[in-house]
Amino acid sequence: MLERAHILVCGGTGCTSGNSKKIYDEFTKLLKENNLDKEVKLIMTGCFGLCARGPIVVVYPDGAFYQHVKVEDVQEIVLEHILKGRIVERLLSKEREADGSVKPFNETPFYKSQHRLVLRNCGVINPENIDEYLAYDGYLAYQKVVTEMTPQEVIDVIKASGLRGRGGGGFPTGMKWQFAHNSVADQKYVVCNADEGDPGAFMDRSLLEGDPHSVIEAMMIAGYAIGATKGYIYVRAEYPIAVNRLQIAIQQALDYGILGSNAMGLGHEFNIELRLGAGAFVCGEETALLNSAEGKRGEPRQRPPFPAVKGLFGKPTLINNVETYGNITAIILNGAEWFTQLGTEKSKGTKVFALGGKITNTGLVEIPMGMTLRTIIEEIGGGIPNGKKFKAAQTGGPSGGCIPASLIDTPIDYDNLIAIGSMMGSGGLIVMDEDTCMVDIAKFFLEFTVDESCGKCTPCRIGNKRLYEMLDKITQGKGTMEDLDKMEKLCYYIKENSLCGLGQTAPNPVLSTLRYFRDEYVAHVRDKKCPAGVCKALVSYEIIADKCVGCGLCKRGCPVNAITGEIRQPHVIDPDKCIKCGACIAACRKNAIKK
Amino acid sequence: MKEVTLKINDISVTVPEGTRILDAARQAGFNVPTLCYYKDLCNEGSCRICVVEVKGARSLVASCSAVVAEGMEVYTKTPKVINARKTTLELILSNHNRSCLSCVRSGNCELQKLSQEYGCDDVAYTGDKTAVVPELPNAYLVRDNSKCILCRRCVAMCEKVQSVGVIGANFRGFNTTIGCAFERPLGAVDCVACGQCINVCPVGALTEKDDTDIVVEALNNPEKTVIVGTAPSVRVALGEEFGNAIGTDTEGKMVTALRRIGFDKVFDVNMTADLTIMEEGTEFLSRLQDKNAALPMITSCSPGWIRFIEFNYPELLPHLSSCKSPQQMFGAVIKTYYAEKMHLDPKNIVVVSVMPCTAKKTEIFREDQNASGYPDIDVVLTTRELARLIKRYGIDYNSLANGEFDDPLGKSSTAGYLFGATGGVMEAALRTVYEKVVGEPAPSLDFKAVRGTKGIKSATVDLKGTKVKVGVAHSLSNARQILEDIKAGKCDYQFIEIMTCPGGCVNGGGQPIVSSEKINAGVDVKALRAGAIYKADKKSALRTSHENPVVKTLYAEYFGEPNSHKAHKILHTTYHKRDKM
Repeated sequence: MLERAHILVCGGTGCTSGNSKKIYDEFTKLLKENNLDKEVKLIMTGCFGLCARGPIVVVYPDGAFYQHVKVEDVQEIVLEHILKGRIVERLLSKEREADGSVKPFNETPFYKSQHRLVLRNCGVINPENIDEYLAYDGYLAYQKVVTEMTPQEVIDVIKASGLRGRGGGGFPTGMKWQFAHNSVADQKYVVCNADEGDPGAFMDRSLLEGDPHSVIEAMMIAGYAIGATKGYIYVRAEYPIAVNRLQIAIQQALDYGILGSNAMGLGHEFNIELRLGAGAFVCGEETALLNSAEGKRGEPRQRPPFPAVKGLFGKPTLINNVETYGNITAIILNGAEWFTQLGTEKSKGTKVFALGGKITNTGLVEIPMGMTLRTIIEEIGGGIPNGKKFKAAQTGGPSGGCIPASLIDTPIDYDNLIAIGSMMGSGGLIVMDEDTCMVDIAKFFLEFTVDESCGKCTPCRIGNKRLYEMLDKITQGKGTMEDLDKMEKLCYYIKENSLCGLGQTAPNPVLSTLRYFRDEYVAHVRDKKCPAGVCKALVSYEIIADKCVGCGLCKRGCPVNAITGEIRQPHVIDPDKCIKCGACIAACRKNAIKK
Repeated sequence: MKEVTLKINDISVTVPEGTRILDAARQAGFNVPTLCYYKDLCNEGSCRICVVEVKGARSLVASCSAVVAEGMEVYTKTPKVINARKTTLELILSNHNRSCLSCVRSGNCELQKLSQEYGCDDVAYTGDKTAVVPELPNAYLVRDNSKCILCRRCVAMCEKVQSVGVIGANFRGFNTTIGCAFERPLGAVDCVACGQCINVCPVGALTEKDDTDIVVEALNNPEKTVIVGTAPSVRVALGEEFGNAIGTDTEGKMVTALRRIGFDKVFDVNMTADLTIMEEGTEFLSRLQDKNAALPMITSCSPGWIRFIEFNYPELLPHLSSCKSPQQMFGAVIKTYYAEKMHLDPKNIVVVSVMPCTAKKTEIFREDQNASGYPDIDVVLTTRELARLIKRYGIDYNSLANGEFDDPLGKSSTAGYLFGATGGVMEAALRTVYEKVVGEPAPSLDFKAVRGTKGIKSATVDLKGTKVKVGVAHSLSNARQILEDIKAGKCDYQFIEIMTCPGGCVNGGGQPIVSSEKINAGVDVKALRAGAIYKADKKSALRTSHENPVVKTLYAEYFGEPNSHKAHKILHTTYHKRDKM
């Protein structure tokens, strides 16, 4: 029976933590109570991307895109929209057409400039139902390669597509496949790197949660291309939804005979196993991942030999990132030429970014390569909240660099990002406004890498620690100008000498901020001032007597009783007691406290 | 094999395909420094000291792992390379305790040497230091992680060569330290005490427990008779501590030095090695005739090996010979036979043994090792400690005249001397067993099949009709392989010699430390030291244990027959299962 309406409830991580599971249950209950369960189909999907406005519910055929939905709103949607056909306008976006009518959601700025290629099925299908994936051309690409193409032809298509690794490094994917294909061994492996570790990044997580079969199918294609019969997906244990959906997807694929000793009945064997990571950032580095997957300590191996020659359990191994696999089926079905039409000369296709920080539309976006940072931030991202000024954007997480406002019109692709001192990384994009201290930001990211360093090689283990200590000294107002030069030299040393990608890129946040925001460092060192007012040791709080009305709000808000003053008289902060927490500023309604 | 031509600092060299850049550079006459790399053992790429510039490469290249390519242009001494190495060293120094003044390894510390060569400022970088858990005291080894540079050579040795694997990296990042699981002390895990980790440690993070002060105290005590005995392999290595080439036999100088230190008697453990052959050979022959006896019989001289089997294969303990080790037999003979003969109270005898070994320091505390009612051996010094004592006493070793071991126990055959090298116990045993069984000396006393540094060696000896197949293994990974074969019923040896250390005692955990620079350049320490032993054997007139007059006297005057009741009481011992944790 064909349903008259589809209700899509977002089951992505953000919306799940916003209670979307309860919303789903409430729909189930109310649809049944109103005898609508036969004519209306309720689907829990993957991520829609606009996490800032979650939980999200979309009702088709009208395409009503409900935002910030609460469990209490479900009754209204069912009774008004589903029963009576009246869209619940108050839950829709405030973005309107010129005539005042509600914009279709894919016409809103957030979606309009995106190109959802990898995320094509996220927010569309139920990831826990293989039939829905099959209905969207699922496993057609695998069928195509096995029946119509030789393994070399498959690799040639991937090579021609210009696809580059989406995990960060940007190594040509086709070459990687070719190397693994060329290795001769009794056993080879296909590994999926789903150990997404950048703080704030959730691209791979969303893809696995929203469309796990596309990754499984791509791994099968890779297995055919390189001659591997076994695949491993290394996924963080902190991604329980992804793990669960992968388990369901693998089981369903086994039940359907899609995976197994005679995959899809086409005469090739392919099986997939999950390996759960314990959450070490370094395990996203491919050789550390292989060690961890083997049950060893998660630390990188010396290269050569490369994984394509000697990888998992010492066998030739192809290892790609989740998002890289996410591109494969589309490339196979649509052809390399189709794919090359998207993107820039050397960076083809799209890139998924997790948009976060000081930006209105935090969430998951997929853009064609070559789009400028400005478009991402101002159009898709909806700009900086609270009327603040854009200061910088950090791409590539702790391995990347800060891109200053002056470079906001740089087209985003692998090579441009490297050229300006950052990197694509796996796709974290953190926006910073004028209230951000760039020295503090560099310190924040470095603290992360110092914490996450495996401790194997000297430059990363000790070098980054010393670098962090120097930064800390600067934020304490104890730095010297010589420290800046010494830091810069140490940064280049660490990049040149570290064993793996973690160490080789760890100094990037420091180097890029030194490059674009040197004046801020100088202010910390020479003037003992933090221009953004972030570094506690360099900030003092003061009440402007002229502005203070003596309301006492600050006094009550102060956790350490550092503020004194009579009612209706200007108050005073005792700098010896003040812990610079900022509670007074938040409490003051007269803007009478400055740092 | 295919060859590759490349340029090192513009000098053209041709090397086999697959050669490491490091080795190619050496061939061109340029040494590249290493810290974590150790030939055939450790290639972790963790220290980054061996970086070189390779034309066209994105960053500096670790020459210990990168291999040559045709037309490659390598630069090993550009300012970038030198500065990088210097920074690496200075970073290591910033997290090192820098107590070089009194460190045992001062002078042969690889970090110190490089820091000097590169003109390092030892406080170029300062900051926090990694918190280290002090190792609890044990009988054989001192770990000081505040000196550790995390090269992982010890870990590789313990895991790969010894298949013991009790140490590894704990914690991560700046907090990383090497230790046992759950930070347990070495004494509370199944460490075999072989000390091989010490031998590969580039710095002073791992050292033997120094017992020289105990010896000094005994020497200064007028009530004590202090007797020393030296193990076979000590004399072929001790000279290295005084600048002699690897493989120099300085037996005579060693004896004189010991006398000058003030030992009351200087004896030789080679003699009780001969005694071991009598006991063990007899035991083997009786097992060979007994259908119910456990065969193959395995030697029991090497205490690390004994710990290994007790921890890991207790079900195979009946295969062990019940003989005490030559060290323990030495102490037992001194405190029983010799004490009686000289009218000494064993209470007042201090027996010091000089051993190539750290496990020997644990062996003296084993159960059932006190034939006189007092511990057979009181103190064990390693070769390195003896050298330290000689230096402390200002004895000019190289100018000493050759001395001879004291009577009446000082005489030994070179069969006993062979114990110092892998295969030596077996060769000595075969010389005696052959003659005992066949009734005439073996046609050749050289059983060459059991010599050399191959991991597992075997030979079949025809005892005029009775064929005996023997096996020899050194390093515990090879021992493990043999034990697994025995368990699987796939082992057809009747007699097996097992030595804990690679190469046997000549390369024991208490021997002079050879720098990785020499090892990486291909110096074969084991073969060179063993060579000195075989050279002495070749020249010797007394090459079988049963012909040793001291041994003959011992049986005639004291023990009666080999494996007699008295011999069992004094010269044999027991073994038992040990829990791993």
